[in-house]
Formats: sequence, structure tokens, C-alpha cells
Amino acid sequence: MKQFLAFIRKEFRHVLRDKRTMLILLGMPVAQIILFGFAISTEIRNIDTALLVPEAGENIRRLSERFEASDYFSVVSLVSDEASIDGLFQRGEADLVIAFSPGFEESMYSPEGASIRLIADATNTNAASAMTMYASNIINDFVSEKISETGMPPVSGVQPNIRMLYNPQMRSAYTFVPGVMGLIIILICAMMTSVSIVREKETGTMELLLVSPVKPIVVIMAKIVPYFVVSMVNYLTILALSVWLLHLPISGSFWALTLLSVIYIVLSLALGQLISTIAKTQVSAMLMSGFMLLVPVLFFSELLFPVDSMPLVFRWFSDLIPARWYVIGVKKIMIEGLPMAYAAREFIILSVMAAVIMAVSLMRYKNRM
Amino acid sequence: MSKENAIEVVSLTKKFGDFTAVDNISFSVSKGEIFGFLGANGAGKTTAMKMLCGLSRPTSGDAVVAGYDINTNPEEVKRNIGYMSQKFSLYEDLTVYENIELFAGIYGMKRKDISRKAITLLQKLGFYSERKTFVKELPLGWKQKLAFSVAIFHEPKVVFLDEPTGGVDPVARRQFWFQIYEAAERGITVFVTTHYMDEAEYCNRVSVMVDGRIEALDTPSALKKRFGTDSMDSVFYQLARGAKRSD
Repeated sequence: MKQFLAFIRKEFRHVLRDKRTMLILLGMPVAQIILFGFAISTEIRNIDTALLVPEAGENIRRLSERFEASDYFSVVSLVSDEASIDGLFQRGEADLVIAFSPGFEESMYSPEGASIRLIADATNTNAASAMTMYASNIINDFVSEKISETGMPPVSGVQPNIRMLYNPQMRSAYTFVPGVMGLIIILICAMMTSVSIVREKETGTMELLLVSPVKPIVVIMAKIVPYFVVSMVNYLTILALSVWLLHLPISGSFWALTLLSVIYIVLSLALGQLISTIAKTQVSAMLMSGFMLLVPVLFFSELLFPVDSMPLVFRWFSDLIPARWYVIGVKKIMIEGLPMAYAAREFIILSVMAAVIMAVSLMRYKNRM
Repeated sequence: MSKENAIEVVSLTKKFGDFTAVDNISFSVSKGEIFGFLGANGAGKTTAMKMLCGLSRPTSGDAVVAGYDINTNPEEVKRNIGYMSQKFSLYEDLTVYENIELFAGIYGMKRKDISRKAITLLQKLGFYSERKTFVKELPLGWKQKLAFSVAIFHEPKVVFLDEPTGGVDPVARRQFWFQIYEAAERGITVFVTTHYMDEAEYCNRVSVMVDGRIEALDTPSALKKRFGTDSMDSVFYQLARGAKRSD
């Protein structure tokens, strides 16, 4: 026990004295949350919009004002002939053109109805579908108000009534906060522990520890403790930022969320230990944790892309990514506010994964001796 | 086995697959002796030394180090030896005192004893004013002196030095050997590998390993006499010339 404490003291000194790394460790979550929260957003704003208005009219004016008033659109130009549309896109002046058909005002009251074409630059597919969706919403709102206002006969058919559960305002913070948590924890834990163990191999101090009477398990456990503390600090930082800065509430139990995170942190630390038994140099440890963790976590943890829409093979593969289960669990507890029992599957899967990784890395560690 | 011997090796062999790194070596080192363990790169020195430190299991054969069998009791062997490796082996981002404290703690010394002994040591080395200096800021010669002091801080029975003076200037090397003599006088057995033949002259006895076997083992003067030369350099060259393997 005394040995263990001596080692923990040593490891904390290593971590705390490396000011630059420390800054990165504690700054990274803050930077990521701010970046994802304010700079990068899956919501689309300030869409450069052009209006094609063949002739002026009352309804066109009112509808145009709505587009102007919306945060999503900024009307940059107004054209009157069809031929200038291409030029707007080619010169990059507009991302979206809202084209009113000729005779719009009159046909609005005719049985066939009036038509508006939405022409979007679809080189960015997500942006294009989002733009057209926002525009359709504005137009639909306008039409339904018009109907109630004038007593115009409503267009027959089914009117869908949409409810956005858990995230009624469709804010992207709800998606990325769990993703960022999953990403940062695994990166910091795995990268830092693997690098710090491999560093001792590189500098030769590991040899010194191996010829000493200290049990290898003591050395490894002591390595893990400081990074566990750093990860808990990061976890709380992310939570604090998302609650107070992004106004994303923790709907479920804080303690359930913390327990889930502790399991995930332990898993990540064990993964770092495993990487350190494979990597020979600090650089390779860093690259290994970078490529083996960063890319799969980005792609398969629902941070960027929905896993359900991937081909089957990838979905199987994504089941092996611990971050995916963690992110699902965090969403359930933090965002949907479900009781812990509903996340039982995630708790069990993560615990089993952590146990397996730990067992494999300890086995590898012993075999090397 | 004789009580007088700090190291007693009998038919020690280590094979990696078909390759015999250490081929049936036997020798003994008596208490307080400075034993030079020479050999070209790839001759098997490091492998042999690792087995004696309890780091690697022999394929066959036996050795008793500091009174404990390396096969049956490697943990006790580790507790009773000190080790300093060819690469500089202290923590650069810890201070002089913190390094001493850490390694003494590893060997189970009490904190009170550590601080008392550390102060005496630092004063003797003339490092007391540097106790709070980070090791990375020390000159290489000082680091090596400190590393050796740390390796014998817990009073081991045997200390293993793996090319301890690599990259150090001749003056610092001489000073380092004074430290080694002093340790030997206190009864610590010194087992040292080196590439510097002038250092071989400082040893009580040296062995020369060629292709996994010990080809010669005697005092430096006897070896020189046997090979009809006046330098250890030439003794080593005549022996190592016959080597079939190198790296």
C-alpha cells in the first residue's frame, strides 16, 4: 500500500508538471463544447436566399417578409426572370432560390392552387434538405394562417401533425453533447495512459521498475489513477458547460449518469493499458489510439452520422464500439430522462466490455514479463 | 554452494526458439568483488544479466543471486539487488530528492529513514543544494553519479550496472569508478558490463562472453599474461575475433 501511494504521488507529479499536456487535457473538452455548441452546428442559419418574383403582389410581399424575418434565411437578391437563376448559383450568390410561379396571386384562390418552387444547391445534401424543409415550414404556416384568415376552403388530404420528442426545438446540442462526452473520455483516457506507460518503456525507467520488487499491477494501477481523476474533472466540466452554457438540462438521475461514465472511463483506461502492451514508442501509441479510437468513435457513435442508416456490416461493427453504447446510455439518462433500469442494456454491455478488455490487457501484460 | 559467493551460476542457458542466446555458462562472483562482464554486442550479456536480475526465466540451469534462487525465488532476488541500466534511468521530471524518495519507497524503506539517509547522501555527493533541482537540469556526469547512488541506496547485496558510463567524459568516468570502489568496500558486490577496456582494468576479475559462452574468466593481469599482451583491448579483440555472430 505504501508503495502504491508512493507511485501515485509520482504519477501525479508527472501529470501536473507537464503543463502543456495538462492544458490540452483540461482545455480540450471546453474547446470542443464551445466549438460544437456555437461554431459548428448541424442547424443551418443565414441561408443566402434569392427570390424570383415575376410580378409583385400582396401575398408574395407578406411571404417574403416572413423569410426576411426568419433567422434561417437572409434574402440577398430579388430577381424577376427565370434566366437569372443559374447565374445566382454559379456566382455563389445564393444557396436557395424561392421561385414564385407567374400569376401567383390569382392562382392562390383557384382550385388548382398556386405553386412555389424551392431550388437548392444540393452539393451539400444535408444542408439542401434542411433548407428546403425550413422553407416549406414557413410556406405551410403562411398557407394555414391564410386559410383560417380568409375562410378559404382548405386543400383536402392528410395534414401531418409533428411532435419532436425530448428535443422540441431540434437543437443540435442534444445530439453532440453525449457524442463529445464519449469521444473526449475515450481519447484522453486511452491516449494518455498508453503514452505514459510507453514513455517509461522508451526512457528505460520501466526496466528499473521491473527489476524492483514492485508488482507490475501496482505500477499500472498507479498510472491509471491520475487519468481517472482528470477524466472525472473533464466529465464534470462537460456537464457544467452543457447545463449552464448550452442550457441542456440533465433530465434523468445525475448519479446514474455518473455511474455509467465511471464504467466507461474504467473501460477506456483499460483500453489505454492494452494499447501500451502493443505499442513500442510514444508516437505509435498516440497514432494507435488516434486511429483506432478517434475514427471509429466519430463514425459509429452517432456523433456525426446515424448508425441505423448504415449498411448491416457497419451496424454490426458499430456494436463493438464502446462509445456507441455509452452515447446511447447518456442520451437515455441525460436527455430522455429515463430511469436507470431503461439503460440496463448499456450498463451491462459496457461492464462486460470493460471486464474483457481488462482481462486481455492483464494477460498480455503478464505474458510479456 | 559457498556462503562467500554473492552470485553463483551453474549451466545457465537461455534459448529463444532455435537460437541459444546464453549457452551453458557457469561462474561465481564472491562477496564485495567487482566483476566485469564483457562481450561484444549480441554476445548474450544482456540476456544473462536479465536472468540474474529475475527479469527473465532461464531455459535451463540455475543461479543463486544474493542468497536466493532465481528460478524459485525471483521476488527475493529483486528485493536484494540494485540495478542501473545503460540508458539513463531516473525520472527527469522529478527532483533529485523525489527520485531518491521514490526508489527508496519502492524498496520498502520507511519515510523517516529515507529522509535521514538522503540528506547524508546528498551532502556527501555535494548535491544538497541541488535537492530540489529537476534531474533533467543536471549534467550527465551528475545524473550518473546520482543514478548509482539511488541504485545502492537501499543497501542491496549485489548491484548490476549495465554499461553505466556510456557517453560520459573520462574525468566523470574516473569519479564514477571511485564510487564503485567505495560501494565494493562496503561489501556490495558489483556486477558491471562495459565497452570501455580501461574500465575492465579496474575490475577484480573479468569474464569475456563470445557467442553465448564465457571464453575467458580471470583477473585482468592474468588475462593479459595469457594472451601475451599488455592491454585488455588486445585481449578482448583476440577473443571476440572468433565470434560467429554479431549484430
